[in-house]
Amino acid sequence: MAHLELKAVSKGFGDPSQRTEVLHDINLEIKEGEFVAIVGFSGAGKTTLISMIAGLTKPDAGSVLLRGKPVTGPGPDRGIVFQNYSLLPWLTVYENVALAVDQCFPDWDPARRQAHTERYIAMVNLTPAKTKRPSELSGGMRQRVSVARALAMEPEVLLMDEPLGALDALTRATLQDEFARICQETRKTVVLITNDPDEGIYLSDRIIPLSAGPGATLGPSIEVNLERPRDRKALNHLSRFKEIRREVIEYLVASNRKKRVEVSRALVLPDIEPEDLSVPRATFGARKHPIRRSEIKRENVEI
Amino acid sequence: MKLLRAKLDWILLPMIGFGAAIAIWQILSVTVCKELPSPWRTWLESREYILKPFEKRGEMDQGILRFTWYSLILVAKGYALALLVGTPIGFLLGLSVVFTRIFDPIIQVLRPVSPLAWLPLGLVLFLGAGKQASELGALFTIAVCAMWPTVLNTAVGVRAIPQDYLNVARVLKLSRTKTFVKVLIPATLPYMFTGFRLSLGIAWLVIVAAEMLTGRPGVGGFLWQEYNALNYAHIILCILTIGFVGFALDRLMSVVERRFKTA
Repeated sequence: MAHLELKAVSKGFGDPSQRTEVLHDINLEIKEGEFVAIVGFSGAGKTTLISMIAGLTKPDAGSVLLRGKPVTGPGPDRGIVFQNYSLLPWLTVYENVALAVDQCFPDWDPARRQAHTERYIAMVNLTPAKTKRPSELSGGMRQRVSVARALAMEPEVLLMDEPLGALDALTRATLQDEFARICQETRKTVVLITNDPDEGIYLSDRIIPLSAGPGATLGPSIEVNLERPRDRKALNHLSRFKEIRREVIEYLVASNRKKRVEVSRALVLPDIEPEDLSVPRATFGARKHPIRRSEIKRENVEI
Repeated sequence: MKLLRAKLDWILLPMIGFGAAIAIWQILSVTVCKELPSPWRTWLESREYILKPFEKRGEMDQGILRFTWYSLILVAKGYALALLVGTPIGFLLGLSVVFTRIFDPIIQVLRPVSPLAWLPLGLVLFLGAGKQASELGALFTIAVCAMWPTVLNTAVGVRAIPQDYLNVARVLKLSRTKTFVKVLIPATLPYMFTGFRLSLGIAWLVIVAAEMLTGRPGVGGFLWQEYNALNYAHIILCILTIGFVGFALDRLMSVVERRFKTA
């Protein structure tokens, strides 16, 4: 049985009269311990998809199943790492993680909870910054706290919604390496949402493109059968890596092209009647404006 | 050098402002309004009250700080009442759309009512309290007038809580009480403290009016009594005291506020 399963999930937004379907007929099965990356354009509905898995929003149709049981709401069995970190700014790093630990393991004795909290802070290499508040940390450090918080809940599935989207390229690479190490260590089931195919391939066991919206749906899933641990530099030269990357990008680009719509719009051409210079110009008063014989043409524009 | 200059500016420039105000006061007192005591006469006549600030010579003849102390105690009581009532109302307004629909119109109507209008009503409300009536009436007036900034700022603060924080609470399955204590209150605190600061300013404004009308000992009561006794110098003394105390209170609150802003 699949660990996490999405069955014919659809979701739309807006009034019933002019409802736009964001996600259409999403089907996905994820095995236990598998790392799945979903790659798509921004605005395609990636965040909506992960919110539904997290239970923060309900699908209009279809169902999300975790170990065969339908997901009805959010819960600590699905740890989520938000794109904007979502740390509580009045708590320190330790307190942010401890809040989750205390909430998820209320029957543990305090010493065990403390040790557990410290272990996950150490896992993301933040022990020296444990008493700092989020405002004193860099973006990359904040995201590490967010990861530590999500993992410390010992969730069945780890959901990551463009976790590195707001970071600079160098920090991104460092954190990708760390994610790869942590996921190797914990062997968690992970769903990673990203807009960077390279990041998806580097981290995942399986990569699935999400077609361009509206009415986005999942494309064919592509097995990333590359040896772990993966070497970022060597990866770029592997033919299998290039092949996967080409497949993903081609699917995305093709889906985007299909979605292009032609719109016809009116064009007013500047067709000006020449001024009659033989007539003397009035010095004062109403000045003669160029006469426009407006000619309207229709033009088809692809957007 | 530059640092010294900046420090000098910091002290010197306000001094110029005060100097100018005193000069205008002096000019007015010798030209247009002969009844207005000059700065020097004000000092001479107020000396007794400033140099022995805690002396009690009679019910309405006490050192200026003693009067200030009475006023501050009354303000503290009324202000505490305003916060105790105002904060929960603010949270309810921020959390519940239905509550807002029901009570927002009446709040908007009551908010602009002047303390001078509330006080008689307060006295009527506590007519049965006998000797206590004037104090309770004054407390009621302070609380009712000072409550609104706290109510409105708290409501705005609750509405401004980012959805992300609430999502965290939902993912962690925090109970309602825990969400309230661990997320809602800390996230609203900066707004609440802005409200508290504005409320304190208003409470201090109201005290003078309340004391004037009830004749209670305090800065406001003293001011009104000295006006009736034609001791105009003391009016100025009271005005300055009220001003400086109000300024000090505001500074104090903004220090507290800043502490919570960073959180």
